[in-house]
Amino acid sequence: MSEMNHKGIDAFKENLKSIGASLAGSLFRSGRPASDRSRAAAMFNNFFLHVQGVKTHINTLRPAYTFGLGIASLFLLLITILSGVLLMIYYNPSIENAYNTVKDITYVVFGGKLIRNIHKWAGEGMIIFVMLHMARVFYTGSYKRGREFNWVIGIMLLVLTFGINLSGYMLPWDQLSYWALVIVANIIQSPKEITDSLGITQYFDIGGFSKEFFLGGLAAGKESLTRVYLLHIMLFPIFLFLFLGMHFWRIRKDGGLTKPEGFEPAGGDTNLVTFPEKRGGIFPTNKTYGLMELAHGRTPAVDRDVENTVLSWPNLLVAEVAVFFLCLAGVVAYAFHINAPLKELANPLIPENPAKAPWYFLGLQELLSYSAFMGGVGLPGLALLGLALIPYLDREQHHAGVWFTGGQGKSVALQALAAGTVVLLGLLAFVIGFGWFRNWWPNIPQLLIVLVNPGTIWVGFICVVGPYH
Amino acid sequence: MNSAANEKTGISRRDFLGLASLGTAILSGLAVIAGIFRMSKPNVRYEESTRFKIGKPENFPVGTVKKLDDRGVFIFSTDDGLHAISSVCTHLGCIVALTETGFQCPCHGSKYNGNGKVIGGPAPRNLAWLEISRHVDGSLVVDTAKEIPAGTKFKLAV
Repeated sequence: MSEMNHKGIDAFKENLKSIGASLAGSLFRSGRPASDRSRAAAMFNNFFLHVQGVKTHINTLRPAYTFGLGIASLFLLLITILSGVLLMIYYNPSIENAYNTVKDITYVVFGGKLIRNIHKWAGEGMIIFVMLHMARVFYTGSYKRGREFNWVIGIMLLVLTFGINLSGYMLPWDQLSYWALVIVANIIQSPKEITDSLGITQYFDIGGFSKEFFLGGLAAGKESLTRVYLLHIMLFPIFLFLFLGMHFWRIRKDGGLTKPEGFEPAGGDTNLVTFPEKRGGIFPTNKTYGLMELAHGRTPAVDRDVENTVLSWPNLLVAEVAVFFLCLAGVVAYAFHINAPLKELANPLIPENPAKAPWYFLGLQELLSYSAFMGGVGLPGLALLGLALIPYLDREQHHAGVWFTGGQGKSVALQALAAGTVVLLGLLAFVIGFGWFRNWWPNIPQLLIVLVNPGTIWVGFICVVGPYH
Repeated sequence: MNSAANEKTGISRRDFLGLASLGTAILSGLAVIAGIFRMSKPNVRYEESTRFKIGKPENFPVGTVKKLDDRGVFIFSTDDGLHAISSVCTHLGCIVALTETGFQCPCHGSKYNGNGKVIGGPAPRNLAWLEISRHVDGSLVVDTAKEIPAGTKFKLAV
């Protein structure tokens, strides 16, 4: 009896000892990633990793192809979310408390200043990286061959990135926030310029309606802050995640990132990646193909590895972890030294002088100074539409996955850059030197300035010259 | 019989019912969306009234300009009477400042002359002239929601 008891206790002790191993085993069911097969399983059995393929093309892993820009944007978003949730512990979105709570976060809360700086700079960093990522995708022609709509989703993500940054700019309820809110509300109202010119405002006041919808009233006040907060922490993030999910899903379904046709691994690639243990796929040769190795594209041959791919574990993951820590280190270092601005409490009586847009809207601010409607609604809308249409206008299917599609493209890109810069600077210099229509003819109808101003000329120039590439 | 019915009306009963239910579904969906938009338009506003008293006429001696900062109006008092000009820039809603020649906006550089007429910058409209009326207790009332034609003066009946 006592012996049996003893045995039972021993068995229980053994079980206790092995709890760590069995817990890990139940968590990572595919075991230690020691063989090609278990490395593959480590990817497709893991909830967080399975969105990525088991195998990754070598071209994708070349740092100079992507520069990690897209994934850096994602990591900055993750940093922003985490720091944002921390800020929500203290922030209170009411016009009585918002400014004071932000001040508390900055000067009283332990670590609050650093977290706020991280949130601010990671969020604004997203803008830079999303734009650079967009440029990379454009110059490598990666919006072609079934990826057309993913480019459009990318444009929506760009707009959401701007929106989420701008709505965040309004939350501290300091002078910058308040006057940004007033100006944005008036941009939203600016279709009134057109309806006024046509004399139909009293029947169809789309501008006034939209402004009231945004502000929750006729003037910027407590209702407005609630709405901006709702946009910042709920509506924009929901759509951001939705479109991000679609963005990644489509990349995966399209067979990963673009790569040049006739890709050949170069000597330097062996420094970057670990090649599989054996040629011939990760599954025994009597199997034709592992399903998880298949990607959109040409049918792979039996008994051969999918061309020029290596296992994502560890090759891709190492690269991603490196980008993540670079992002984190960059943001923390920047946030440690540079403080997010906080001006005086919002004062509806005194506009900031000069009232400056956040840096990512300085271009828009310049356009706004000709016409609120054209600069704030018309031209940005046209520009976004033009960007979204790029994959549908450029039907050329060759050279996807090559920077600048080779040497000729490079010279075209440089010429476009030079011509664009010259015309833009020329227009600016002209306007600064000589003014615009109203300085010459004070009684000129507003509609004419709305239609013809340096902003519209600039966009017109792009539209006319652009297609001659 | 079915084909005969088809020839008469051009659409079968099944198609008609299908299209009708699809149309009903779309219409109800639109109604729900309209309802959501309507819900977000507040029925009660927590704002101050656009009508406010500015005090007795004696407070505005001829030849003075008073800037009522918190209300966004300038009250001019001239020989012809009083007039109120909105200080909210028609471009993007900043508060304009009084200058020697008229008004100027600090945000995007709109300029107006003394009557609020645009003379420079991006402002699409002239500054609004606002209605002044007299309350029964004798004090003056300005309504920022009521625009009146430029040049209309409030005559102090003496």
